[in-house]
Amino acid sequence: MTRRKCRTYQFPGISVIASMFMLGSLFATAAAFAQEDSECLICHEDNTLEGKRNGRTISVFVNEKQFAGSVHGSVGCVSCHLDLAGTELPHAEEVARVQCGTCHSAEEEMHARSLHGKAIEKGDALAPTCQNCHGSHEILPVKNPQSAVAPLRIPFVCGKCHEEGTPVQKQRVIHQDHIVDNYSESIHGEGLLRKGLIVAPSCASCHTAHLILPHTDNASSISRNNIASTCAKCHAQIEEVHRKVIKGELWEKQAHVLPACIDCHQPHKIRKVFYDQGMADSDCMRCHSDPNLKATRDGRSLTVNAEEVSFSKHVKTACSQCHTGVTASRKRPCETIDQKVDCSSCHAEIGREYLSSMHGTLLLKNDPNAPTCKECHGTHNVRGKTDPRSPTFATNIPRLCATCHQEGNKAAVRYKGAEHDILEHYTESIHGKGLMKSGLTVTATCTNCHTAHRVLPHQNDSSSISRKNIPETCGRCHHGIQEQFQSSVHATKVGHTEKSLPVCNDCHTAHTIRRADEEGFKLNIMSQCGRCHEDIAKTYFDTYHGKVSQLGYTKTAKCYDCHGAHDILPIADPKSHLSRENVVATCQKCHPGATRRFAGYLTHATHHDPEKYPFLFWTFWGMTGLLLGTFAFSGIHTLMWLPRALQMRRERRAREKSQESIQSEESNE
Amino acid sequence: MSKETTNQSKRVNGHAGIKKQFQRFSRLNRALHALMIVSFISLALTGMSLKFAYTGWASFLSRLFGGFESAGYIHRLAAIVMIGVFIVHIIDLVRMKRKEFLSWRALLFGKHTMLLNKSDLRDLRDSIKWFVGKGERPKYGRWTYWEKFDYFAVFWGIAVIGSTGMMLWFPELFTRVFPGWAINVATIIHSDEALLATGFIFTVHFFNTHLRPEKFPMDIVVFTGRMSVEEFREDKPKEYEALVASGELEKYLVEPYPPIVIRAVRTFGWTALTLGFSIVLAIIYAMLFAYR
Repeated sequence: MTRRKCRTYQFPGISVIASMFMLGSLFATAAAFAQEDSECLICHEDNTLEGKRNGRTISVFVNEKQFAGSVHGSVGCVSCHLDLAGTELPHAEEVARVQCGTCHSAEEEMHARSLHGKAIEKGDALAPTCQNCHGSHEILPVKNPQSAVAPLRIPFVCGKCHEEGTPVQKQRVIHQDHIVDNYSESIHGEGLLRKGLIVAPSCASCHTAHLILPHTDNASSISRNNIASTCAKCHAQIEEVHRKVIKGELWEKQAHVLPACIDCHQPHKIRKVFYDQGMADSDCMRCHSDPNLKATRDGRSLTVNAEEVSFSKHVKTACSQCHTGVTASRKRPCETIDQKVDCSSCHAEIGREYLSSMHGTLLLKNDPNAPTCKECHGTHNVRGKTDPRSPTFATNIPRLCATCHQEGNKAAVRYKGAEHDILEHYTESIHGKGLMKSGLTVTATCTNCHTAHRVLPHQNDSSSISRKNIPETCGRCHHGIQEQFQSSVHATKVGHTEKSLPVCNDCHTAHTIRRADEEGFKLNIMSQCGRCHEDIAKTYFDTYHGKVSQLGYTKTAKCYDCHGAHDILPIADPKSHLSRENVVATCQKCHPGATRRFAGYLTHATHHDPEKYPFLFWTFWGMTGLLLGTFAFSGIHTLMWLPRALQMRRERRAREKSQESIQSEESNE
Repeated sequence: MSKETTNQSKRVNGHAGIKKQFQRFSRLNRALHALMIVSFISLALTGMSLKFAYTGWASFLSRLFGGFESAGYIHRLAAIVMIGVFIVHIIDLVRMKRKEFLSWRALLFGKHTMLLNKSDLRDLRDSIKWFVGKGERPKYGRWTYWEKFDYFAVFWGIAVIGSTGMMLWFPELFTRVFPGWAINVATIIHSDEALLATGFIFTVHFFNTHLRPEKFPMDIVVFTGRMSVEEFREDKPKEYEALVASGELEKYLVEPYPPIVIRAVRTFGWTALTLGFSIVLAIIYAMLFAYR
C-alpha cells in the first residue's frame, strides 16, 4: 500500500497557510496526468486488499469516506503516490514511499534536522516518520478535535513512544522519565487534559512539532539559552513577575548567567518549584551540617549552620539556587560548582548598581579590599534590612560601614579626601544622635546619603553626593527645604553664575551636621556664608549685629535672620525677605517698632568705602583725626614734661633727706 | 607702709599733734569723681568688649559681665550714673554761682574759672619753656590748663558719646526723625569718641595727675580732697601765695584723714588705675595685634 501525502500541522498558523498555498499550486500540474481516484478505489476500497512493504504484508485498504473527509480528500491519489501517475493498472506491488515534503518542504526540512529525522537517517527503526504522528489517508485539519495532532491528542501521540514501557523509552537514552505521567499531573497537563484548555501547552508547544532537538543542542527550543523565550511565548512578560529575582532582559540575552526557567520549574512537572533528588537542601546538609567540614583547598570551614539559615531571608531559597552549577547525578553534586555565589543572578538590578559603584569598581580590578555582597549582608544568615539583628539594619549601618571606613581601617587608609573621623563625627551629628542615641530608624544613616549599592565618590557626577545631586539626596528626607532651596538664588537654575554655588553640605557639613537651632551652628554659619561672601561678611562684623555674634551670642541678627536660609533671593526679587515689600517686616522680627526709615540702617556698612558710604568714611576719619590730634598733642606735652617731673622728684627727695638729717641732728642735740 | 610709719614717727617726734592739710576739693566733688570713675570704667569695660569683639579678652569680658545683654544693661546703667554725675555737677555749679560767685560772669571769667583764658596760654608757653630748660616752672594757679582740658573733655565727651549713645539705645525712636544711616554714623562717633576718652583718661590724665614722677605712684587728693600744705605750695604756688596774701589759707586747713581711710582710698585708686591701664593695654593689643 502506498502512502498519501501528509498534511502537516504546525502551531504557527502561517506555515499552515503556506502549505495550503503550495498544495493549490500542485493541483494545476498534477491535473495533466491525473488518474481518476475512482480508478484507484476500484481496487483499494476492498478492505481485505493486501500489499507488500519491505517484505511484510500489510493492508492497503483505503476508506473512501474517510479519505474524502480528510484534509487531502480533494487531492488525487497520484498527487502523493507520484510514482503511480500514468502507470498501467494494476500497478507494481512495491510502491515508492510518499514524500510529504513535496508539498510540505519546510516541515520536512525541520523534521530532517530534528532528533527524529536524524534517527531515521541512521536507520533507527523506532524513529517516527510523518505518518507515525499524522496518520496517512485519514489526516484531519489540526483544528478538528479528531485530528491525531489536535492539541488535546498530542500528549498521546508523543506518549505512543515516550510513555513508560514503550520501546523508545526503554531502548533509547532519554533523561526524563514518566514524561507523560508527569506532564499530565503538571499544571500544563492538568489544564489541557483535565480542564480541556486547548491553549494549554502540549509537548509540541515546548519541543516544537517538527524541529525536536535535544536540550543540549543550542538550537533547541528547550536548550538553556532558548528555554526562556520558549516559555515566554505563553508566559509573556513573566520577567515582570520575576523582576525581583531576575532581570528579564538579561534572562533572554545572557541566559547563562541567570537560572533558566527549568532550574526552578522542572520540565514536565511544572507546577511549583521543586528540585531533583541530589539538589535538595537536605542532600547538601548531609555533609555541610558537619561542624568540622573544611575546604581541602584553603581549610576554611564549609559548615552551614542550619539555624542561621532558618531565620535568613533566603530560608525558602534552596542551596542550589545560589550555589549554581551542581550536577544532581554526581555523588557529590557540588563538585561541579566552579563559580562563587553570584547574588546578582537573582538581584540583578542591585548587582548592576553594585558594579557601577566604587565598591564594584574595585572588585572588578581584583582589589582585595573590595567589599562584596557578603561583607555587608553576610552569607547564610542574610536578614533583611528591616530586621534589627541584621548588619544592614539602619542603626547598625554606621558600624558596618566603619569596619572599613573608620580611621585606620582599610578604606580610611586609602582615602585621600578631607573627611576624617567619620564615624565619630557622624555619631555626634544630628543624624547620628537621632539614629544611635534616640534610636530613630528613619534618621539618615550612611546609606541614605551614599546609597547602599551605588556608593560613589562625590567627584563622580552620578554619585548621590556629587554637588549636582546633593540637594536631591538631602531632599529625599528634607523635601520642604529642597523645594525652597531649588527656587533660591543659590540653586543652579536660578543663580545663573559661573561660580560654584553652595549646596547643603557647604553650610551644614557632611558628617558633622548639627541642629540648625544650636548655638554653635548659628555662629558658624556666618563664616560659612563668608567663605564666598567675603566682603559682605567682613562689613557685617563691623556692625553691632556682627560684633555681638562675634562675641559668641546668637541673639542678634545673623545672615539668615535677614536673608533667609534656604530661600535666599536677591533683594530685587519681590519675594526676597529684604525686598522693599518685606524689609520692614524682616526688621520688625527683632525691632517691633521698626519703620521704613529704620530699615535704612546700613547692616553691612563700612567706613572704608568713601564712594559708597561717604558719610561713614568722613565721620570715621574726622573722629580718627580728632583722636590722633589729641593724642599727639597731649602725648608730646607729657613726654616733654617727663624729664622735668623726674627732676622735681629728685629735688624733693633730696630736700626731704636734708630735712630728715637736720631733724635727726636736732633730736640728737 | 614703712614710709608711713616714719612719717608718723616724724610727726610725733617733730611736732606736737598732726599737721593740718589744705582742702582742695569739696566732699561733693570727690563723690562725683569717685562715681565718675566707677561709671567710666564700667562703660569702658562693657563698651570695649563690644568694640573689640574679635579678641579673646572681649568675649571673656562679655561673659564675665553675664553675657552681651547683661553687659549692655550695665553699660546703660553706668551711662545713667554718669549723666547723673553730670547733672549734679551742673546743679552744683548753679549753687556755687548763687553762693560764692553771685554772677555767671564771676564764675566763668573770674580767677578760679574752669574756662581757658590768657593766663593759661601763658602758662602753656612757660611750661614748654620749662620743659626744654629755658625757664623756671610756671607758677600754676588753682586750675592748670591741663586740668581745665580734662574738665572740658568730660563735657565734650558726655555730649558726644551721650547723645550718640542715646541714638543707639533708642534707634527706633531716633529713626522716626533721622535716616537709618544716622545710626551707622552714631555708631562710629560713639565708638571712636569712646576710644579717645578711654585712651586719653587712662594715659594722659593718669600721667598728668597720678604718674608724674613727683606724684608717683598716685595723687590721692581727688579722693581725700586734701594735700599737705608743702605740696600745695609747690604744686599751685600762685594760689598758695594768693591765699597767704589774703590770709585765707587757714580757712582751708583741715585735719587729715586717719590711715585706714587713706588705705581704703589707695585701694580704690589702685583698682581704678589697674583697670584703666589694663583697658589701655587691651586696646593696644586689639588694635595692633588682633586687628582683622
